[in-house]
Amino acid sequence: MTANANNSHNSLLNVLKSTYRTLLFPLISIIVAMFVAVLFVVWGRGVGFFEGTSLLFKAIWNGSFGSKDSLIETFVYVTPLLFTGLANAVAFKTGLFNIGVEGQFTIGVLITAILGLISGLPAIVHIPLIIVGGILAGAIWGGIPGYLKAKVGTNEVVNTIMMNFIAMYLSNYIVMGPLNKPGVASTPEIRPSAMLWRFLGENNRLNTGLFIGLLLIALVYILFWKTTIGYEIRAVGLNPYAAEYGGISIKKNMILAMVISGGIAGLGGAIYVSGIQHNAMELTGFIGYGFDGIAVALLAKSHPVGVLFASILFGALNSSAISLQLVNIPKQIVFLIQAIIIIFVAADYIYKWIGEKRKKEAMING
Amino acid sequence: MEKVVEMRGITKVFPGVRANDDVNFELAKGEIHVLLGENGAGKTTLMNILYGLYQPDSGEIYVNGKKVDIKTPGDAIKLGIGMVHQHFMLVHNFTVAENIILGKEPKKGITVNMKQAIQDVKKLADLYGFKIDPEAIIEDITVGQQQKVEILKALYRGADILILDEPTAVLTPQEIEELGVILKNLVKEGKSIILITHKLKEVMSMSDRVTIVRRGKVIDTVRTSETSIDRLAEMMVGRKVSLKIDKAPAKPGKVVLEIKDLRAQDHRGLPVLKGVNLEVRSGEILGIAGVDGNGQSELIEVITGLRKSTGGKFILNGKDLTGKSPREIIEAGIAHIPEDRHKRGLVLKYSLAENAVLGKHYAAPFAKGIMMNYARIKEYARTLIRDFDVRTPNEEVMASALSGGNQQKMVAAREINKDPELLIAAQPTRGLDVGAIEYIHKRLVMERDRGRAVLLVSLELDEILNLSDRIAVIYDGEIVGILDAKNATENELGILMAGGSLKNKKEGGIV
Ligand SMILES: Nc1ncnc2c1ncn2[C@@H]1O[C@H](COP(=O)(O)OP(=O)(O)OP(=O)(O)O)[C@@H](O)[C@H]1O
Ligand SMILES: [Mg+2]
Repeated sequence: MTANANNSHNSLLNVLKSTYRTLLFPLISIIVAMFVAVLFVVWGRGVGFFEGTSLLFKAIWNGSFGSKDSLIETFVYVTPLLFTGLANAVAFKTGLFNIGVEGQFTIGVLITAILGLISGLPAIVHIPLIIVGGILAGAIWGGIPGYLKAKVGTNEVVNTIMMNFIAMYLSNYIVMGPLNKPGVASTPEIRPSAMLWRFLGENNRLNTGLFIGLLLIALVYILFWKTTIGYEIRAVGLNPYAAEYGGISIKKNMILAMVISGGIAGLGGAIYVSGIQHNAMELTGFIGYGFDGIAVALLAKSHPVGVLFASILFGALNSSAISLQLVNIPKQIVFLIQAIIIIFVAADYIYKWIGEKRKKEAMING
Repeated sequence: MEKVVEMRGITKVFPGVRANDDVNFELAKGEIHVLLGENGAGKTTLMNILYGLYQPDSGEIYVNGKKVDIKTPGDAIKLGIGMVHQHFMLVHNFTVAENIILGKEPKKGITVNMKQAIQDVKKLADLYGFKIDPEAIIEDITVGQQQKVEILKALYRGADILILDEPTAVLTPQEIEELGVILKNLVKEGKSIILITHKLKEVMSMSDRVTIVRRGKVIDTVRTSETSIDRLAEMMVGRKVSLKIDKAPAKPGKVVLEIKDLRAQDHRGLPVLKGVNLEVRSGEILGIAGVDGNGQSELIEVITGLRKSTGGKFILNGKDLTGKSPREIIEAGIAHIPEDRHKRGLVLKYSLAENAVLGKHYAAPFAKGIMMNYARIKEYARTLIRDFDVRTPNEEVMASALSGGNQQKMVAAREINKDPELLIAAQPTRGLDVGAIEYIHKRLVMERDRGRAVLLVSLELDEILNLSDRIAVIYDGEIVGILDAKNATENELGILMAGGSLKNKKEGGIV
C-alpha cells in the first residue's frame, strides 16, 4: 500500500477514470449513431461525406439549438422526458422494469385535463391540486402492478403493458365521451388557473414545468444516495438476498419503487397538460414520452444527472424533425439515430452482464 | 526439476493497493505447491493473472519454458491451466456429466452423445479416485461433490496445471481427506497443483512446497518437509500466533434463546427440521456440530426470519419471535454472521461504509427520519475497519474490491459490533487467515464474557471444540445429543454426527 499522500491523488484519478468509463459507451453510441445517420444522408442525397455531415448536423443544430425558437422548442420536448426518464430510472435501480411509465404518464394527463376544468379556484390552489392529482393517479397506476408483483408474483412487465392499454382506452373514453369538447377530438382547454406560467410569453410553450423537472432531478439524486429509501431500493436491486438479510422488505420496496416511479410519471403527465398541451386529446397510439423515457434512463444509466443530458439529446433530436424536412432529409432519421443509440446501450448492458459474470469469477474467491 | 509455470516480476496495482509487488513464483512438474498468506496478501490476484482473468501491470509468465501471454481464461485452458474458484459456476439443474462436458461435448452427428459423455466422465473419475455419480443433478449433491465436479471439469478440458483457490474452506473434514487423496492421485498422473489454503494442517499434510506471500510480496519458498505449522504461521503474519484459544470457564446465566419443537422444510418442500429443541444461555457459546446438510443452515434461517417455520416456536428473552420479519428479529436483538458472505452478508456493489450499517441503516445514529447521515456512517465504518484490521484503502471502496477474507472480516465486524443479545455465528472464520481467526475467536469469547449468548455453527470440528462451552450435535433435522465441550472428543462427536448413539459407550457424556 502506498503512502496516504498518494492516496488522495489516486482517488481523484480514480474518480476521473470511473467517470470516463461510465461515459465512454453512451458517447460512443451517440457518435456511431450520428455516423450511420450521415451515411444514410450521403446515400439518400447522393452527396459527399463531408457535405452530408454538414447537411445533417446543420439541420439538427438549426432545429434544436440554432435559433431562439428552436432552442425553446427543444426544451419543450425535454421537459416531459425529464419526468419519464427519472421514473424509469427509479424502477431500474430497484431491479424492476416499469414499461408502464407510458400509462402512468397518460393517466396523469387525463386527471389533469379533468381537474383543470374546475372553475373558481385561484392558481395557488389549482396548480398544487393538479400536481397532487397527477402524482396520485400515476402512483396508483404504478402501484397496482407493483403490488401484484410483490404479493402475487405476477410479472411487472406484462402487467404494466396491460395498464398502458387500460390508461389509453380509459383516456379515450373520457376524452370522446363525457368530457368531449364538441366538434374536436379533445377535452376543452383547462382553466387559466391550472396553467403553468409560460415565462417566455404565451406563444412560447416553454413553462415553469422545466424547473420542476430540474428540481426533481435533484430530489431523485437525494432520494437515491441520501435517504434510507434509496439505500433500501438500491440494495433490493443489487442483491435481494442481502437486502432481506438486512431486514429490508423486498416486497415493500418493490411496491414503493413502483409507486414513486408511477408518481413521477404521473407528475410528468400533469406538467405536460398544464404547461404545454392544456387539454387531453384522443389517442390513436401511445403518446410516447413514457417509452422514450426508457431510452433516456438507459442512456443515462439510471443516474439522475445523466437523465438531464440524455433528455436534452432526445429533445434536441425530436425538435429538429421540421428543420430536417426543410433540407429534404426525412424526419425518420431521428428515429434511426435514437434506435441505434438504444441498440448500443442495450449491447453495452449485455456486454457488461457478460463481463460481470467474468468478474464474478475473478471476484468470488476465498 | 522441470518448471511447468514460472511467473517473474509480476506486479499488479489496484486503486490504492499493490496486490502483487514484483512476485516470483514457480511450480514444478508433479508437485503440490501451496500459496500461503494473510487475507489480502494477493494470492487470488496472482492466480487470476495466471488464469487470464486479470492482466499484470508488469512481469512475465512462462508455461513449460515458453513465454506466454494469457489474455483470457480461454488462453489459459489452451495452455493446460485449469482453475477452481471457491464458489462454483455450475448449472444447477444439469447433471454432473452435463456440467463437466459443457462447452466441449462429445458429438454424435449434431446431437450430444450423452452415453459417451457419461462414460468419459466415469473413466476420468475412476482414474483419479473420485466417487461421484455422473447422472446426479447438481442441486441435489453436497458442496464437496460439487467441488469434485469443478475439478473434473478442469481435467476434462485437459488441464495439466490445476489451481485450487481455497478448495477446503467449504468442505467437511471427511471431504477434505477425500480431496487429499484425489490430489495425490492427480500428482501421480503427472499433474501439477497450486493450492491456496489457510489451513496449516492441510498445508503440512498435502503439499511439497510452500510459497509465503505478505502484503503483495513473496517472503520465501520453503520445502514443507523442512518447516512447521508454527514457523509457517509466523512467516505469514510476521509475528507469533497462538493457535489455541485460552478462555476462562463459562458463567452461563439465564436462557436467552429457547427453541421448541421447531420444524421447517427445504426448497423442495421436504422436511429438514424435524422438531428441534435447544436452549442457549447468556454467557455461553453453544456450538452446533453436524455434517453439512443436516438442517443447521435452515435452523439459522428460521431463527433469523429468512425461512418460514412449519411448526414449533422460538423465544428470545421471553418474547416469541416465531414468524416475525427479519427486521423485527434484528430489533429484538439477534445478530447473524451468515455462512455465505456473498449471498447474504454483503451488497458487493455497495461501499464498505454502506455495508457497515446494513440492518441498522434506518435507525439513529445512522439515519434520522428518512435522511441518512453518511458522515456518521463513514466514521462508524472506519472504526470497524480499524478494530478488525480489514485491509482496504478506505471505507469508500466497494465490498467487491476486497479479498475474500477481508470481506468476511467486514461482515463479522458489523455483526459483532451490533452488541446483540444473541449472536449467531455461522462459519464465522471461513476463509480467514490464522491471525484473523485468532482475533475473531477472541471477540466471540469476549461477547460471551460480557454476558451475551453465542450460537456457533461450524463445519470445522476444531473450531467447535475449541470455542464452544456446550456442543449440540444435529443429525437429520434433530438435535441428537448435547455434550459438555470440556470432555467431548472428536470421536464422540463423529459418532453422533453420523447418526450413532453414545448411550452405552460412556456415562455422563450427555448433559
Ligand atoms: N478487483 C479489485 N479491485 C480493487 N482491489 C482489489 C481487487 N481485487 C483485489 N483487490 C485488492 O488486492 C489485494 C489482494 O487481494 P487478493 O484477493 O488477491 O487477496 P488474497 O490473498 O486472495 O486474500 P484472501 O485470503 O482474503 O482471499 C487486496 O487488498 C484487495 O483489496
Ligand atoms: Mg483469495
